[in-house]
Amino acid sequence: MSVLAPENTKGKVRESLFSRTGAMLIMAVGTVYFLTPIWWLFVGASKSSEEFTSTNPLWFADFDLFTNIGDLFAYRDGVFLRWMLNSVLYTGGAALLGTLIAAMCGYALAKYQFRGRELLFNVVLSGVLVPATALALPLFLIFSKVEMTNTFWSVFLPSLVNPFGVYLARIYATASVPDDLLEAARIDGSGEIRTFFKVSTRLMTPALVTIFLFHFVAVWNNFLLPLIMLSDERLFPVTLGLYSWNTQVNQIPELRGLVIIGALLSITPLVIAFLFLQRFWRNGLGAGAVK
Amino acid sequence: MRKRLSALLISVLALSACGSGGDDSPEGTAAAASCAPSSGPVTITYTTWIPGIEKVVKLWNDKNPNIQVKVQTGPNGNGGTYQNFFNQLKAGNTPDLGHIEYDALPSFRVQDGLLDVAQCDIVAKAKDQFIPWTWNQVSFGDAKSAWGIPQDSGPMALFYRADLFEKNGIAIPKTWDEYAAAAEKVKAAGGYITNFSQSDINQFAGFTWQAGGRWFANDGQQWTVNLTDDKTKKVAGYWQNLISKKLVSTVPPWTTEWDNAYNSSSAWTWVSAVWGANSIMSGAPKTAGKWRVAPMPQWTAGDDVAGNWGGSATAVFKSSKHPYEAAQFALWLNTSEEALALLNKEAQLYPATTAGTKYSYLANPVEFYGDQKIYEVFADAATQVTPDFTWGPTMTSTYASASDGFKAAVSGQGTLDEALAATQKQTVETLKSQAIPVKE
Repeated sequence: MSVLAPENTKGKVRESLFSRTGAMLIMAVGTVYFLTPIWWLFVGASKSSEEFTSTNPLWFADFDLFTNIGDLFAYRDGVFLRWMLNSVLYTGGAALLGTLIAAMCGYALAKYQFRGRELLFNVVLSGVLVPATALALPLFLIFSKVEMTNTFWSVFLPSLVNPFGVYLARIYATASVPDDLLEAARIDGSGEIRTFFKVSTRLMTPALVTIFLFHFVAVWNNFLLPLIMLSDERLFPVTLGLYSWNTQVNQIPELRGLVIIGALLSITPLVIAFLFLQRFWRNGLGAGAVK
Repeated sequence: MRKRLSALLISVLALSACGSGGDDSPEGTAAAASCAPSSGPVTITYTTWIPGIEKVVKLWNDKNPNIQVKVQTGPNGNGGTYQNFFNQLKAGNTPDLGHIEYDALPSFRVQDGLLDVAQCDIVAKAKDQFIPWTWNQVSFGDAKSAWGIPQDSGPMALFYRADLFEKNGIAIPKTWDEYAAAAEKVKAAGGYITNFSQSDINQFAGFTWQAGGRWFANDGQQWTVNLTDDKTKKVAGYWQNLISKKLVSTVPPWTTEWDNAYNSSSAWTWVSAVWGANSIMSGAPKTAGKWRVAPMPQWTAGDDVAGNWGGSATAVFKSSKHPYEAAQFALWLNTSEEALALLNKEAQLYPATTAGTKYSYLANPVEFYGDQKIYEVFADAATQVTPDFTWGPTMTSTYASASDGFKAAVSGQGTLDEALAATQKQTVETLKSQAIPVKE
């Protein structure tokens, strides 16, 4: 999209018709490929359980979406809404706080000279390579020692960590926050913390949005940690809740419909987050790359 | 999605297996080897995935202010709860009670995670209330032990489409030979006699159980694995024949495709467990009133032998501080009429007690099955299950291996026999890799 737009309006670069159609074709295929499952989900969510098996999976039968949503919200005293709220708390909270922490770390690594800086940075970087999956069990054992498993904090605290965010923040702070500006702020009598919040974060905004989005998605999708940590259904995030319903489909087949509607509703926050923030994200990625 | 997830779980399992090398977790010292009542009020925790369990527990809590049960629910056993139990065993913070299916019980026994509830006098006294084979599933054949209280069972029978059989003049098969013959006629009439479960191996295990195949045995010293005995081979050959002749459909079980095969009258019978009654009801609503239930086809005409598919126990974990109260609750949950009736209503659990199968809530005619009193058939089947089928300690990997082989077999690559031979080899290796003594 962004590649083609300027060339249409300004005509600076002329590409052959062939390459243009080629690009469009690839994108069209990609779009269909990515959107079909979501379309299927939407269509499936609008059907009653009888129609679900017996009608065309990619086209509507009777439109029961709102009845289905009503059923979902009513099922077991609205436990689904509770899960959604939990997910928003885990994800939103961890992404906000995690972004702040990553930004501070990255900024400190970029702008302050201290002994062991590169070592520290390399240690953080190596954290990027360790998958969250591999950490879930050790974390469980650690939290067991302090008897904090099966609590809100057992999922929230580990979710705050984001080594990739630190990396991104450092790179971006190096590139976009001039030392002279910081000098000027110091001379004007601004403290370090105030400078960070009033000056540096403003300059780092695109990177912060990117970090936030990455972090948001990572925490939202981190399934194994809550699976291992939590045994109280009231603390489940929506992913784990839907999964546990899905494992019971053999026993209670009506859950299949609820899982599908729940899945549709559970992706809406992600879609909204992306639609609102994607512009920042693109800027952020581009800026980092060119410098 | 599911596949990737199980891969994840397996990798975690592998990790925890690595970690257990230098395991020095302190053993539960005092609590072990005793089952004495606690003094004063206690709270016990219970982890399960039975739908609607909260209502059953509330019934207990209202009546027993001194023994309050806190229930925790989550995904089903293989979906993550078992792995959680193993992690909790390692960390020493298991719940008091856990829901464990019969086929998973040996793996917890091998890890030394369970309390022998036969030590509790109340449990020993209650033993006779249970159908003998269900008790065998928790005692592993040792009369003096019990590694849980049997909760439910899945005696098998033949679900069939009475209308289609009648219309086409096909007799209801009483033996497996007749069943195969009927399969030809059903094919000629444009249907499939059934759908062979290619990925859920438990159905095949139920067939084997009925035929007398015994996959695992434990003599107290070591395990014997025998997935290729004559009886199992007979069952495998039988189904391989139906698959090769394309007389059965092979859509993956528990999918909408599978529901549709029954809903659209493409599959005419299902040899399944008692809880299958509900699966058909909800998966194939268009066929209401047309199904009936008959005893499972027999290998020898005139026999009365049934298989079992499913069933679970309520186990007390070794680290429980209140084993007596935990056992007390588990007994109430699985023997009292009020609890069993509610469990049946909420989750279609079929009891494991002799009296349970005769309770009034199981005596009613079922509308979906043309007002047949179908549970009478299952009550008979429940007493006809042979008692000495034992599960192995590594069923998850055995199932995975067999399921891979079966999937290949139904798509024409290899046979069920070959799949079982490969599973045999793989199971022995898994046992060895976990340092579980096994006879070669």
